[in-house]
Amino acid sequence: MGELFDRIARDVRLEEGLNSCIHCGTCTAICPAAEFYDYEPRSIVEIVQSRDDEKIEALLSSETIWYCGECMSCRTRCPRGNTPGLVIMALRATAQEMGYFVNSEKGRQQLLLKRVIGHNILETGYCVHNKAVVPSMHPEQGPTWEWGYENMQSVFEKMGANLDGEGTGALRKIPQEALDELKAIFDVTGGTKRFDLIESFSKKAAQDEGLEFGEGLDNEYVEKLISANNQHHCKL
Amino acid sequence: MKIEGKRRLWQDYQKEVADDKFFYVRSCIRQTFFPGSERAFVKIIGTELQKEINEDPAHTSCTGIGYHTDIVPFETTQTVVARQFSLMTEAGLENYVPSCITSFGLYTEILETWEHFPLIEEQIRENLYKATKRTFNKPKNLAHASDVIFKFRYEIAAKAKHKLVDVHTGRPLRVVEHIGCHYSKMFPHKGIGGAEYPYVLAGMVEAWGGEVIDYPERRHCCGFGFRQYLVQANRGYSIACSQKKFESMQPYEPDLIITNCPGCPMFLDRWQYVIGEMEKVAYGPNGQMIPVFTYEEVAGLVLGYDPWELGLQMHQVNCEPVLDKMGISYDPDLKYKGSKGENLGVPVLPEFLKCC
Repeated sequence: MGELFDRIARDVRLEEGLNSCIHCGTCTAICPAAEFYDYEPRSIVEIVQSRDDEKIEALLSSETIWYCGECMSCRTRCPRGNTPGLVIMALRATAQEMGYFVNSEKGRQQLLLKRVIGHNILETGYCVHNKAVVPSMHPEQGPTWEWGYENMQSVFEKMGANLDGEGTGALRKIPQEALDELKAIFDVTGGTKRFDLIESFSKKAAQDEGLEFGEGLDNEYVEKLISANNQHHCKL
Repeated sequence: MKIEGKRRLWQDYQKEVADDKFFYVRSCIRQTFFPGSERAFVKIIGTELQKEINEDPAHTSCTGIGYHTDIVPFETTQTVVARQFSLMTEAGLENYVPSCITSFGLYTEILETWEHFPLIEEQIRENLYKATKRTFNKPKNLAHASDVIFKFRYEIAAKAKHKLVDVHTGRPLRVVEHIGCHYSKMFPHKGIGGAEYPYVLAGMVEAWGGEVIDYPERRHCCGFGFRQYLVQANRGYSIACSQKKFESMQPYEPDLIITNCPGCPMFLDRWQYVIGEMEKVAYGPNGQMIPVFTYEEVAGLVLGYDPWELGLQMHQVNCEPVLDKMGISYDPDLKYKGSKGENLGVPVLPEFLKCC
């Protein structure tokens, strides 16, 4: 019906994730995010199914699409075999490609995720790496993790890891040729372009608001992403 | 539902798991937090069971956490996964075994997508060739590493040095089993026992002498939620999910929790510590917490492996109450020693959480 809907509909996950929703609300009843946030996956699917571009554009700019935890519990219980989680993933992709993500507090966090997880993937070959779980950024990891982090080489060797070593094993150094192939895949398939778009839209948002914007995590814009909470996300 | 009804449901969700010649792919999170578990898996399959298990040092992250934080496009992730399949093909193997549940769910999603949309598979093959000059065959058999341990659970039981039984009373240990959401919630027929009553961990617990606890929030997510944990501002979501599970399981007095996803045991372990420090609440008896284990750690304990080589010293919630119940002897002085026996000091004690 609208250009925006047509764009989202080209994502195979919409075709896989949405047959025809009967708005029964089962997805919302089972959804962990709906219990915590002011959020209903049912409403999101209803808007997408309406094919109304004006409503979809508002949705892409909203906090709402960023509340899902992608656990996919909705898929198991939906009586029509829909997967609202996949619909949300298609919406999030478009929100990043078109820049809508910077219009919400939760959406803006994509820059932080790109700079942490995206950096890990391309630089180390791991999404998460033990060296990146810095105790000061992860107080929830507790004093035992801090002890292990401070004594990393010996503690991980005792557990059988091959930390930064050649060959096979846990936490081995992934060969540069493999990292080069990973980067080539990102270049060919749109991964690099997605990263660049997240950066450029975020930079523009920072400029519009007069916030310092630099590389890495040590700058005004990114520091705000780490802890900003407008206190309007939850039900209570 | 009565247990007989569940058993009938489990029988509807069986899956074929290869018998030998595995191509093993590691998990970013399990390597980071539980490297001893992956070592135990390789030892159990290769040494105990004398099966062929192969690993290629050039395999990478599947990008699953990047995909589920939505920073990595589906097309990119599919092509990275295709590269992993290419490594398997190069090794002359066809039985693919990922350590990670997010990866397992993603591989399943991708193979299903390719089955329903052959043109997408064609595009991914073109992408991979263009980027790396690689080609690949799809796996003949895809099984999560916990499926493989499930398949051989009775062989492991036959070699058991210890059982999931309190040696002082003869009582089977009460076990909460927690299945990672992406194991079977999206594709129930790809998981042993399906999504509502998965049997993959319950089968291990029963085979090794324990008793599985059924409790109301058994299927609730641990709360990882990808961006909901990875961004500091969102972590309230994550801890709230775990808290809901703890409150639901507490009345059943579990001796331990067993998990098959690499992230879940970390969250269920750490969030107990955080809730204890924040709320002064403990979910186990006498101010203790509920010890949380990976399935490889439990299998390793059953087989008599050293608790500290398994990496149990890295759990924030102490494992010793379970070791004591199972009659496992251990040297407490070695718990925090280094790989060569050197003194590394000890972790700071939490304020509320009781440690041995």
